[in-house]
Amino acid sequence: MSIIEINNVSKTFDAKKSNIHALQNITLSVEEGEIFGVIGLSGAGKSTLVRCMNLLEKPTEGEVIVDGKNLVALPAKELRLMRREIGMIFQHFNLLMQRNVLDNVCFPMEIAGVRKREAREKAKKYLDIVGLSEKAKAYPVQLSGGQKQRVAIARTLASNPRIILCDEATSALDPQTTGTILSLLKQINKDYGITVVVITHEMRVVEEICDRVAVLDHGKLAEIGPVKEVFDNPKTNAAKSLLLERKIRELEDVADGI
Amino acid sequence: MQNLGIDVLFKGSNMMRLLGGLWVSLRISLIAVFFSVILGVPLGILMSRNSRIIRAITRLYLEIVRIMPQMVLLFIVFFGTTRVFGWNLDAEVASVIVFSFWGCAEMSDLVRGALISIPKHQYESAKALGMNSFAVFFFIILPQTIRRLLPLSINLVTRMIKTTSLVMMIGVVEVLKVGQQIIEANRTSSPNAAFGVYGTVFLLYFIGCWPISMLSKYLEKKWKND
Repeated sequence: MSIIEINNVSKTFDAKKSNIHALQNITLSVEEGEIFGVIGLSGAGKSTLVRCMNLLEKPTEGEVIVDGKNLVALPAKELRLMRREIGMIFQHFNLLMQRNVLDNVCFPMEIAGVRKREAREKAKKYLDIVGLSEKAKAYPVQLSGGQKQRVAIARTLASNPRIILCDEATSALDPQTTGTILSLLKQINKDYGITVVVITHEMRVVEEICDRVAVLDHGKLAEIGPVKEVFDNPKTNAAKSLLLERKIRELEDVADGI
Repeated sequence: MQNLGIDVLFKGSNMMRLLGGLWVSLRISLIAVFFSVILGVPLGILMSRNSRIIRAITRLYLEIVRIMPQMVLLFIVFFGTTRVFGWNLDAEVASVIVFSFWGCAEMSDLVRGALISIPKHQYESAKALGMNSFAVFFFIILPQTIRRLLPLSINLVTRMIKTTSLVMMIGVVEVLKVGQQIIEANRTSSPNAAFGVYGTVFLLYFIGCWPISMLSKYLEKKWKND
């Protein structure tokens, strides 16, 4: 069953000289329980697409159906409730710097009206899942990038989401840390059945954790399918050029080795 | 002592008069600061919205305040408007109006600057957590804005206190004017009074502004890493 359905979505930004067509007639669906990747060069519309999935950006046209509900037509209050089911993590982590790790995880629960003790109990559980129990009293400045992203993941988990959207969540991290965050996402996906949507410009992120992938090119859906299929047999130029770039990088690595 | 001209300060109630003058200066500036904050903050929030009309009007207001010397503003309000509109304006009230007019402009620009310096992803991640716009603004944006704003606005306060020395031009007897009066009254008995009295006035301003400026430095340092 698809948990997210994007039906004929277009997004146009008004700009001074000419309008920018960030997304053009995108139709795709994300199946429940899968890890879905969206890849493309910068400016391809990936971020806009993921922001349409929780309506941080309102599509100019088309509908966004999450869990059977059309978000575009939802009243503001119900939309906010839906957003709690759609977690999101960002490249910049966005933690509250004046609160320690535990309080950061508690924060959205407090806003949502969960009792403080209950929130703390839950927060501890989620910190345990992301492997940061011993840092509960630390402040964000004392953490590494990877640890900060773990806190952000714990905070997202705290609202019991069915979907987690990752907007370039590993782009600010080094390759090794990227690996650990990816395996954490994979584990969460497997253990809790949470659907994960990953936006990235990094090939390896898709290869490592995604089941299916969509390739975006200048706001259009170029290709979509199982990762292996798309990467082994790219049909469009956009997918080919992404693969080519990887090839070049590999060769560079080999050259560095020599 | 005679040569430095400090002795006049101890004649009669001169020192108390000087302190009274300081109080007038501080009173004008603090009342003006109060109005600048309660009017400037909402105006700044309004300016951070993307409305072309609001932006044009506030832009004009800001430029007028920036280009026009405060003294000219004082003259217009105190001598100009009273004549044209035929109302009776107390000099101190006129000063408060002018300083609020000025402070409100600067304050709103500071607020606007602080607000637009908050990255977009701060709004986005708060919304993605299911918060309503009210919660986003009060729990996420405002605390960060205040941190960026406070050191800058404290700096504005000290500038306003300093600039109150201009209000003597429209007849408000504040610390500088009191100093002048003391010097004039003792012209023959202690001709060196100018040095002692103005030196003391300088010290009084310093005592008034220095702690405020230190507070701003302290806050800036304390919050730098956040």
